[in-house]
Amino acid sequence: MSNQASVLDNLEEVRAMIRRHKFNDYVFSIIGLIALMIGLLTLLTLFVDLVMDGYPRFTFEFLSEYPSRRAAHAGLLSAWIGSLLVMVVTFLSAVPMGVAAGLYLEEYAPKNWFSDLIEINVTNLAGVPSIVYGLLALGLFVYILDLGQSILTAGLTLGLLILPVVIVATREAVRGIPVAIREAAYAVGATKWQVVLHHVLHYSFGGILTGVIIGMARALGETAPLITIGALTFIAFLPPSPITDTPPFLNFEWLSSGFTVMPIQMFNWLSRPDHAFHMNAAATGALIIVVTLLMNGTAIWLRYRIRKNIKW
Amino acid sequence: MNTATQVLPNQTELKISARLAKNVRRHFVERVIEFLLMLAAMSAVATTLAIVAILLYESLSFFEHVSIIDFLTDTQWTPLFEDAHYGILPLVSGTLTTSAIALLVAIPIGTVGAIYLSEFASHKTRETVKPILELLVGVPTVVFGYFALLFVTPLLQKFIPGLPGFNMLGPGIVMGIMIVPYISSVAEDAMRAVPMSMREGSYAMGATRFQTAIRVVTPAAISGIIAAYILGISRAVGETMVVALAAGQQPNLTFNPMESASTITAYIVQVAMGDLPHGSIGYQSIFAAGLVLMLMTLIFNILGHLTRKKFRETY
Repeated sequence: MSNQASVLDNLEEVRAMIRRHKFNDYVFSIIGLIALMIGLLTLLTLFVDLVMDGYPRFTFEFLSEYPSRRAAHAGLLSAWIGSLLVMVVTFLSAVPMGVAAGLYLEEYAPKNWFSDLIEINVTNLAGVPSIVYGLLALGLFVYILDLGQSILTAGLTLGLLILPVVIVATREAVRGIPVAIREAAYAVGATKWQVVLHHVLHYSFGGILTGVIIGMARALGETAPLITIGALTFIAFLPPSPITDTPPFLNFEWLSSGFTVMPIQMFNWLSRPDHAFHMNAAATGALIIVVTLLMNGTAIWLRYRIRKNIKW
Repeated sequence: MNTATQVLPNQTELKISARLAKNVRRHFVERVIEFLLMLAAMSAVATTLAIVAILLYESLSFFEHVSIIDFLTDTQWTPLFEDAHYGILPLVSGTLTTSAIALLVAIPIGTVGAIYLSEFASHKTRETVKPILELLVGVPTVVFGYFALLFVTPLLQKFIPGLPGFNMLGPGIVMGIMIVPYISSVAEDAMRAVPMSMREGSYAMGATRFQTAIRVVTPAAISGIIAAYILGISRAVGETMVVALAAGQQPNLTFNPMESASTITAYIVQVAMGDLPHGSIGYQSIFAAGLVLMLMTLIFNILGHLTRKKFRETY
C-alpha cells in the first residue's frame, strides 16, 4: 500500500520537475529574445532621438550652406561634398587592390609559408583599431610622402582601412564557385587569367559587390583616422571641381585640396557646448545613419538574393 | 631543314609560327598578371610593416626624451602642459575601465543572444534577427558617441544623482551594446559547429533545450565563446569616437566609472584636433600611445585566434 503511494508521490515529483524544466525553457527563450531585441531597440531609440533633435534642420539650406559660427545658418555643403570625393578615392584605391589580392590568394597562391604570411596579415589588419590607420597615414602619407592633409590622403587611408573587408569578401565569393566551371573553361583552351577574368570574376561579382558596399559604408562613417591625419573642421570652400569646361575636361587639383567629411563635421558640432550646434549634429547623424543603413541594407539584401538564386 | 617543314605548305608554316609567337606572348602576359596580383596581395603585408615601422620610428624619438620607466610608472599624463609628465597609466586605466564596463554589458547579452540564436530560434527568426544585428554593426561610431553623450548619460543622471556630464559609465554601456553583435555572431558560429549528435544524445536522456544548451552545447563550444569575448575586448580597447565624445578627455588615474577620464584613443584624437607641429614631443607622444594600443589589441587578437583555432581542431 505504502509502496504504491510513494510511487505516486514520485510520479508527482517527476511531473513537477518536468513542468519546472519546461518553464525554465520558456523563460530562457523569452530572455534570449529580449537580449536580441536590445540591439534593435537601441538602433530605433538612437534614430528616433536623432530625428527628434535634428528635424528643424532637415531643410534644403542645411545641405547647401557652408559651416558657420551661427548654428542656424551652418550647413553641410563642404562636408557632404568632401565625403563624396573621399569615397571616390577610397573606392578607386581599395577595390582594384582588394579584388586583385583576393583573386591571388584564392586562385594563384601556392600553399606555402608565403601565402600563410599574407593570410595572417589580412586577418590581423581586420582587427587593427581604425585610429592606428590614422597614425600610419599621419606618419606615412602626410609627412613622409608629403601628400598633406588632403582628400587624396584621406581616401587612401580609408582605402587601406577597408582593404581587408574587400579581400575577405572577394575570397568568400570566389570560393563558392565550383571547380567544374574552371575546368570547363580550361578544357576549351582558356589561359588561367582568362578563366579568372571571364568566369571566376564574372560569377563572383555579386558577392564582391556586397563586400564593397559594406566596406564603403564603413568608410563613410569612419571618423577617428581622418581626425588623426588632421582633417580640418571649418571648411568654407569647395575643392576645385573635378570636371572642367575646357579640355581635357578633368582636373585633379581637388585631390590635394583640404577637406572635411560628414562624421567630422558632426563630431565638431557635437564637441561644442552650445545646444544649437547639437541640433546640427543630430541632423547630420540622422543623414549618416540613413545613408549607411541604406548601403548596408542593400548589401545584405543582395547577399540574400545571391544565396537564394544561385544553384550551380 | 627537317622534312616536316618541307612537306608542309608555306602558309601553314606561317600560321604555326604565328600561333607559337602568340603562345609566347600569352604566356608572358599570364606571368605579368600573376605578378601584379601578387603585388596587390603583398599590400596587406606592406601595410602591417608600415604600421609597425611608423609606430616604432616615432616612438623611438619619443623615448629619447622620455625614459621608458617614467612612461610605465608615472601616474600623470600631461604631455601638453608646462610641467610635462609622461605616464601612460592614466590612459590605460581609462581604456581598461571603459572596456570593462562594455564587456559587463556585452558578454551577458551577447552570450544569451548567441545561445538563443543557435539553440532556440526558428530558422525564420534567425534569418530576420541576424541581418538586424549586422545593421547595428554598420552604424558609424560617431553616432553612437552622440547617443552616449546626449541620450544615455542624461538618462543615467536621472538614476544616479551627481553623475557628471562626462563619465565612463555612459560610453562604456554604449560601447557594450555596440560590440554585442560581434560577440554573439562569433559565439553563435562556435555553438553551431557543435555536432548535432551531441545535442541528440542529450535530448535522448530527457534533457530540455535549456539544459542541453547550458550543459552540453556551451561547454563544447567554450573555446569559441571565449574567443568571441577576447575579440570583443580588442574591439572595446580600440574604440575611439564614443569615449572621445562622452568620457571627457581628461587623463585621470581611476577605475571609478562615475568619473570622467581619457583613454588612449581619445588622447590621440584630442591631440590630433589641435595643431601640433610635426616632430614635437606632443606629436611623438600620440605614436607612443598608439604603440601601446596596438600592442594591447595585438595580444588580444592573437589570443582570440589561438583559442578559436583550438576549438576548430576539436571537431
